[in-house]
Amino acid sequence: MLKNFADKPLVIGVTALNAIDSPGPGVAVIRALRDGFGDNIRVIGLSYESLEPGVYLHDLVDKTYQIPYPSAGAHALVDRLQYIHGIEHLDVIIPNFDAELYNFIKVSAQLRIMGIHTFLPTHEQLDARDKMNLSKFGEKYKLHVPEAITIYKADELRKAADELDYPLVVKGKYYEAFVCQTLEQAHKAFYQLSAKWGTPIIVQKFMKGTEINIAALGDGEGDCISIIPMRKLYITDKGKAWAGITIEDADLLDLARQFTKATNWRGGFELEIMRDADGKLFIMEVNPRFPAWIYLTAGAGQNQPEALVKLAMGEKVEAFSEYQVGKMFIRYAWDHITDVSEFQQLSAFGEL
Amino acid sequence: MKLKKNIATSENGFIFNPSTGDSFSSNGIAAEILGLMKLGRSADDIKQHILNTYDVEPSQLDRDWEDWSMQLKDANLTEL
Repeated sequence: MLKNFADKPLVIGVTALNAIDSPGPGVAVIRALRDGFGDNIRVIGLSYESLEPGVYLHDLVDKTYQIPYPSAGAHALVDRLQYIHGIEHLDVIIPNFDAELYNFIKVSAQLRIMGIHTFLPTHEQLDARDKMNLSKFGEKYKLHVPEAITIYKADELRKAADELDYPLVVKGKYYEAFVCQTLEQAHKAFYQLSAKWGTPIIVQKFMKGTEINIAALGDGEGDCISIIPMRKLYITDKGKAWAGITIEDADLLDLARQFTKATNWRGGFELEIMRDADGKLFIMEVNPRFPAWIYLTAGAGQNQPEALVKLAMGEKVEAFSEYQVGKMFIRYAWDHITDVSEFQQLSAFGEL
Repeated sequence: MKLKKNIATSENGFIFNPSTGDSFSSNGIAAEILGLMKLGRSADDIKQHILNTYDVEPSQLDRDWEDWSMQLKDANLTEL
């Protein structure tokens, strides 16, 4: 049954409030929700650490609760969400980290019984686009993806390098990647990434070209509700877009539709694309959640987080048909001033 | 040589390719030529207009036009 929005504000839980140099999407998702719903929402931040900047942005986040790390497991997550739900009466949760999605998908049925809605892909969909399975995925659905080899030990690097040739890209299981010109650099990247994110490590053929990202929202039945392609204009040393612009290209829209149809994707996702010199589009990675630049979708006329909440609440949402080309985002960093008492409150009590 | 249909130009010489997100700044004469190209005027027509308006030798204009065409092609702004 649909909630009557006039009764009380819609209560939406959002994770990934780490608006740092390689930001989580949470703050951008909240800005889009605020644009879309105005005062009719109450935003509950769900944080992992005390220094996630979004926690302290009280004009965006009404209240924050710490939640257990994904490694604590699904039970710990449900227990904590049950406590939060008892106080806040959550309507929707939007998880925005790759690493937490497995647990959130696992507990989504339980959450639904509790009255909390989500709009997430299935475990099968999540696995199919995993970096480790992307080559197989590309073969199966006739999508171009760069050659890649999954390895578990540093000894396997030499063989992978012989097959793929230098430069090659050494990628972490969840995040981060290094372009390596030599075996020595590849070893260093392997140890750095495996220490941080664990194994396996993905070794991918280096692709030269123009970096384009697509933010999209699948309805879970094979159709795309929204597609916004963005060309990166300024790229940080971590490979993140610090500025970008919406572009118009039918091939990119077709690619997103093709992906959605092939997977029946449910929820937000991001395709990281490389266009080579011949104009061929390669899917470098598929992120199973909204990207950090998602606020641009609201700026360009297709507010994807707002649409996702409506879908989660069971509303029928028509697919967007147009967006503004040439809309830009330019990210900025600023120093937010807060008091130690706030930091202490969150650190000691897990709530702020 | 024709400009791609979706290329946006402004009077102050700013050029934006919405397919790629590339943008360029051009000088006054380039902006004028782009404006004429957008109106669908032929190369000969535009060259004649320049000869009538500016103090330039036809041979120099031909060389510059060649260079201009190459730049537009390299910038992916013209139809193939």
